[in-house]
Amino acid sequence: MLINISIEGLLYFGAISLSLIGLFGLLVSNNVFRMLLALVMFEAGANLILVLSGFRENGIAPIFLADYSGAIMNDPVPQALVLTAIVIGVGIQALALALILRVKKHYKSLDMRVIRSKLEHEIATQANVEPPGSHHAPKQIVRAGEHQ
Amino acid sequence: MTKFASLLFIAGLAFFLMVVTGLLPLGNSPMLIGNAILDSAKEQVGAANVVTSVVLAYRGLDTLGELSILFAAASAVGLLLTKSSFNKPSKNPTNTEESDSGFVAINGIDLIFPLLLVVGMYIISHGHLTPGGGFQGGVVLAIAFAMRSIVRPRGKSIDHGVVTFIEAFAGLSFIVIGLVALYTQGHFLQPMLDQGHFGSLWSAGTIPLLYLAVGLKVGAELAGLILALNTDEVNI
Repeated sequence: MLINISIEGLLYFGAISLSLIGLFGLLVSNNVFRMLLALVMFEAGANLILVLSGFRENGIAPIFLADYSGAIMNDPVPQALVLTAIVIGVGIQALALALILRVKKHYKSLDMRVIRSKLEHEIATQANVEPPGSHHAPKQIVRAGEHQ
Repeated sequence: MTKFASLLFIAGLAFFLMVVTGLLPLGNSPMLIGNAILDSAKEQVGAANVVTSVVLAYRGLDTLGELSILFAAASAVGLLLTKSSFNKPSKNPTNTEESDSGFVAINGIDLIFPLLLVVGMYIISHGHLTPGGGFQGGVVLAIAFAMRSIVRPRGKSIDHGVVTFIEAFAGLSFIVIGLVALYTQGHFLQPMLDQGHFGSLWSAGTIPLLYLAVGLKVGAELAGLILALNTDEVNI
């Protein structure tokens, strides 16, 4: 059997599932704010996988307490790496949120397809060229909620 | 169609990752560097919390880079939301009455504000002994200051100059400690000063000082971030 049904296996399963749910949300959602939330989930799952990789059987937290008696300690390096990753993640999320605020202010929408079509039209007008796409395409911006 | 293709991709990736983790020796981490650090951190650094030793001593330069990334993100957010209500009361006179948060919120925040400060400083100053440290305590401090400004949209906000000064001072002292270590010990950010009694508050040399600098810097930056993002849409 490939995966031992142990507590570590279950934890790995949960962490991988969490990051893949985040990746799936990133792929299928069209709302930029939902994409940011999916990215946060993806990041949380990746951090969990990383911190789990330093886990040892019956390990304790890597802190020397006064009554420490030679028990096995978990690997401190992945924990320090995850600490770094979490802090950088917070910075990236704040930056993404500020960008989303500006996009919402400019395009009055959070839908990726609306933003993309408006952006293409804007670039075409600025550059004095035909907007991309067929000449026979109906003149309309993609309706929100429409399937591709 | 996109959704089906994405689902297929996710399923394949899930299978691949599950197989890889299934082949890993679960619970027996094969990494050797962790064991080496666990064996020598007690003598080399003198901090009871080994994660702190890794963050500030073995990978201190990396932590400096992390602080720079956070600084860059905070600067970029400030640049993007320039006309924010960071340092001035809301200029929209029509909704000043509704934007007040009410008796319970304002007095509740005033009540827990000193407690949050104490908890934040405790977490920062015990970073080398217990779980926690500059990053976590800095977040608590930032939340304490940001909450006070959020419940009082009309009131005086945090002074931008003071926040910038704290941030710059903390970042500078982190680098200065590193440079002094480079000059006296031969390596950038190498732990120095007397290691003290192992496990007591005054131990581990410069590690608590470095974590204090990190905590002040993270607190100032995150408070600035939260206040920059806490704007009415009209003000952007």
